[in-house]
Amino acid sequence: MTIFVLLAIALLASALFTITAKHPVYSVIGLLLNFLALAALYLSLSAEFLALIQILVYSGAILVLFVFVIALLSSGVKPFDSGPNKLPRIGMPAIVTALVAFGALVWGAVQVPFTPSVGPTQPNGPPGAADVFGSVADFGRALFGPYLLPFEMTALVLVIAIVGVIMLASDAAPAKTRGHHVKRPRRVREPITKTKAKVG
Amino acid sequence: MIPATYYVVLSGALFFLGVIGVVTRRNPLIVLMAIELMWNAANVVFIAFARAWLNNVGHVFAFLVITVAAAEAAIGLAIVVVAFRRAQYVDVDEAAGLRG
Repeated sequence: MTIFVLLAIALLASALFTITAKHPVYSVIGLLLNFLALAALYLSLSAEFLALIQILVYSGAILVLFVFVIALLSSGVKPFDSGPNKLPRIGMPAIVTALVAFGALVWGAVQVPFTPSVGPTQPNGPPGAADVFGSVADFGRALFGPYLLPFEMTALVLVIAIVGVIMLASDAAPAKTRGHHVKRPRRVREPITKTKAKVG
Repeated sequence: MIPATYYVVLSGALFFLGVIGVVTRRNPLIVLMAIELMWNAANVVFIAFARAWLNNVGHVFAFLVITVAAAEAAIGLAIVVVAFRRAQYVDVDEAAGLRG
């Protein structure tokens, strides 16, 4: 219970830091703390393999991608550091709406009597044993047994993502607009009233 | 023994922090990070209930969610880079290129 409370506090604090930080780099650091706390929470839920995947995929791949994009975009570019960073006049309504929805969710969760609760120890065998609930062997047997088709579907999803990213990155913009700011002239429309007046 | 309701409440708090981040921030990178928070909030509930009922399916589903989140982050960041290269804006308010 103590571990759960500590991890919950760490999770909520780092999430709050992520969405309130001024510069995206600080957000990345908050998100990193959040992912580490999540991995610890998964370990406490005896999902060992998923805790490792959380660190490898999220902290190792996705966050590095974010850092690369920040380094790519914000080198010598003003808008990342200056200017208002929040939408005006939407903070309070957003917080109130989210709190109301969160209250509804808590109310609903309290209504439903969940009979099971999460015990403190490993359900079958000591932690660290080779073949317990949530270990690599256990997870792999489920993933490559009855859930092989969803697993193959993720391969398809990743292929589609790769194709989409390559299409986006192979700059479809014309060469003139590449790399520097181009002010597009506002399209001036013919005033409709005058033509109507002529016709009339 | 921690009741499963606690995990639902924790996940809901994380999810709505992500919602607030998506709605209120202007920087597209921070918006994407708030979306990652929301993905992870879903994963917390999957894994908590998998542990509560000692069922593997929650783990498999959380694994699929992580994969889809990785794909989403890659495509979202590519869109941010392309939008930045074309028009030099880093403000989701100014991204109106798809307006009809």
